[in-house]
Amino acid sequence: MTVTRPRVRGTVGESVVRPDGPPKVQGTFQYASDLWQDAMLHGATLRSPHPHARIVSIDTSKARAIPGVRAVLTHADLPTEEPFGLMKSDQDPLARTRVRFIGDPVALVAADDARTARDALKLIAVSYEKLPPITDPIEALQRDASPIHDRGNLIDAVHLVHGDPKARAEVEVEGEYEVGMQDQAALGPEAGLAIPDDDGGVTLHIATQWLHEDLRQIAPCLGLPEERVRLVMSGVGGAFGAREDVTLQVHACLLALATKRPVRMTYGREESFYGHVHRHPARLFYRHGATKDGTLVFVRATIVLDGGGYASSSPAVIANAACFAAGPYRVPNAEVWSVGAYTNNPPTGAMRGFGAVQTCFAYEAQMDKLAAKLGMDPVALRMQNALADGDRIITSQPVVGSEPVSEVIRRANALPLPPAGRESDLELPGGAGNLTLGEGVVRGVGFAAGFKNVCYSHGFDDSCAARIRLALDADGPIAFVHTAAAEVGQGVVTVQLQIARTELGLERVVVLNADTQIGSAGSSSASRQTWMTGAAVKAACDLVNAELDGRARDRGIPRDRLEALLDTPVEHRITYRHTPTEPLGDGTQNHGHVAFLFAAHRASVDVDLGTGLVKVVQVATAQDVGKAINPVAVVGQLEGGIAQGLGLAVMEEVILKDGAVKNASFTDYLLPTFLDMPPVLIDLIEHPHPDAPYGAKGVGEPPTISSTPAIVAAIRAATGRELNRVPVRPDDIVFGIPARSGWRIVAGTHPAEAVREEIR
Amino acid sequence: MRLSLTVNGAVRAAEARDGESLLTFLREELALPGSKNACEQGECGSCSVMLDDALVCSCLVLAAACVDKRVETVEALSAAAGAGAPGLHPIQQAFLDAGAVQCGFCTPGFIVAANALLARNPEPCDVEIREALSGNICRCTGYGKILEAVHAAATGRRP
Repeated sequence: MTVTRPRVRGTVGESVVRPDGPPKVQGTFQYASDLWQDAMLHGATLRSPHPHARIVSIDTSKARAIPGVRAVLTHADLPTEEPFGLMKSDQDPLARTRVRFIGDPVALVAADDARTARDALKLIAVSYEKLPPITDPIEALQRDASPIHDRGNLIDAVHLVHGDPKARAEVEVEGEYEVGMQDQAALGPEAGLAIPDDDGGVTLHIATQWLHEDLRQIAPCLGLPEERVRLVMSGVGGAFGAREDVTLQVHACLLALATKRPVRMTYGREESFYGHVHRHPARLFYRHGATKDGTLVFVRATIVLDGGGYASSSPAVIANAACFAAGPYRVPNAEVWSVGAYTNNPPTGAMRGFGAVQTCFAYEAQMDKLAAKLGMDPVALRMQNALADGDRIITSQPVVGSEPVSEVIRRANALPLPPAGRESDLELPGGAGNLTLGEGVVRGVGFAAGFKNVCYSHGFDDSCAARIRLALDADGPIAFVHTAAAEVGQGVVTVQLQIARTELGLERVVVLNADTQIGSAGSSSASRQTWMTGAAVKAACDLVNAELDGRARDRGIPRDRLEALLDTPVEHRITYRHTPTEPLGDGTQNHGHVAFLFAAHRASVDVDLGTGLVKVVQVATAQDVGKAINPVAVVGQLEGGIAQGLGLAVMEEVILKDGAVKNASFTDYLLPTFLDMPPVLIDLIEHPHPDAPYGAKGVGEPPTISSTPAIVAAIRAATGRELNRVPVRPDDIVFGIPARSGWRIVAGTHPAEAVREEIR
Repeated sequence: MRLSLTVNGAVRAAEARDGESLLTFLREELALPGSKNACEQGECGSCSVMLDDALVCSCLVLAAACVDKRVETVEALSAAAGAGAPGLHPIQQAFLDAGAVQCGFCTPGFIVAANALLARNPEPCDVEIREALSGNICRCTGYGKILEAVHAAATGRRP
């Protein structure tokens, strides 16, 4: 007998409304900054005003004397000596003897209300002995530089040698490039609520990208075993890499444990700029060589990344910058030094694109330079050198499984160009500023392609745990999906829902809130959650289905009579791991990545040559996504990622002077608005990857990688300017003075061999 | 100082500190957290509310200046819901359906601002929508789906 089941809605491949959507549109979704408990205290952080200094003494007596102040903590109150850090434990929860950037946390206050806490901070007297700051990463790497950390200023260095590193070519081009410091600028501020538990432990409600990594870092700093520190995901108001590090997690818990009261901490916008890591600023020195007919012969590059005062995820960013330094092209010979330095600038770490953004800006500028010197069409040059199945990147790892690079390039370029002219004067450069009526405005078109890894790399034990419970309630069968995957807005909750619906053939699926009661899901970063959590949920569903098959067979009950099969619930847990990758080690070549993501962008811009203002008119993109699990969310990721790429191209920069952030506000740090974002044309390319669930490769980062260089290429086409740094500023267009680091570095050599240059 | 404001149609009274913003008063004294605090400078629009029919950033308005004025927050829209899913205003439904919500932190502000736009211009074109909502920043979506949502809400409003 065949029973026709009602069609299950909201499965894989459909555009599905997100389950957290209704409370979000109604204003009832609880973000971390909305957390509230009666009788909770408010925490605040005193930060170093100096980029580099020794702490001589701290006097908290006046702050403690204020009515309503419940605790004032300094390094002397820390329960252990443990430092913390994402990849290197190099930071104390509160500075002990030395501060290394403006914003380094020095003391904490918990008080009855936020204003009292902030007032008390002003009464903490810290005596500092100022030390000379180093704010230039290349200077920090010179042998005579004074060390910011005991082990010196080198965070990490990756040296890739591929083929003949000294190869020469008929046509060579070189260039120096600079990428400014970008802020993730998630709208939701850092926030959390720590609640002391009866067992001497603590529960932390927190907006984070990775609960278990937070736990790994927090517990030792509290002097507690991990079992007594419980983390619960709170609503996340955007992340983009900024929530991968510990910010206030340890602080809120310390205050809660000290006061035995719930403590909430919420950063304001200015503190957020000082409190979280930013994208690494970079100086890049490149030399490309090709035959006269446009076949790439070699790439040599030196990449210097400014890690700021503490390492955060710098080692992985450094490795990524090295691996992807030559772009999605066949390059038989390469030598790359990718080096990260400690400086006394704000710390840098993860941001969408993670090392691949900085190098893509440089190598795509080089490809355009090469095309110009060869007299070739820039898109044709890229097509001619595009990686194809089995080709090796410069780490010798072959691209296999899904590698439609030339298709991505061809299809992005095939999308229609925008019409000439405009609907409204608001669409002119300068917009409502009414700075031009169209005179002096020139249209330019530029193109770029980029690539990056998906999932964690270089031997990291990347795993995701999932639990499915299928049970009966009054309304029939219902499935609960539990993982620790962080929903940061990208839609991983919806992906889990769709996969469970698809695999179980059941529409009633509830995705439970993430917490540390289940094993790690890994980070919501590296474009990895659809692959990792998706695969884990799918595998857990397979186990549930196998048990249902068994029950049906054993009892002679039709398999689709779930009510009859679920007299007792079915529950399964699984931990999924992707195929192992090779560690980076000290070798120059390895198979370090699981798979690669590819995208290409074509930008059209209008530039006002008089004012140097830019209006991006259109961005067209083709991206290889493997399989779009939730197409509307995939499009949202692409458009949102392009907005951040546009920001880096022409607007966004954390401006530093002597280690201080000069624009720590949304008034001065410019984010793309509705009027800055152009229409986006999208061609989704779905070549399933054989190892990924449904072939879905992850989509979050590629939009942010090649959109920036495409926009800058378009501005170059319109202006003829060199434009070797991002963001492009009006002055760069009007005056055309290229950015220079002040150092001469031969591309492919270690930056410690840099020679100071006279800057005119 | 004790303030009495008309919020979402009801008179609400609570203690306010000197210099407290309308946003803080709504969020912390009246337990209406739908208006969000993202920039504290009137740059991002996450705290958008209606004040006597004018769209304002509630972070820039003194709570004490709102006595005898009508304040409407995103929470009022759900209460006034029309067609669509239970409790959802047509603009909220349109944002959901279009995929205009990711992290959602900007969403309440966008919905209040879009409602204000459609009240004065029921059928805005692309540029009018972009201009009217350019005081609201979204870091996730790139605005494309928000544009679709506002058009859909406008179309749905037609008789």
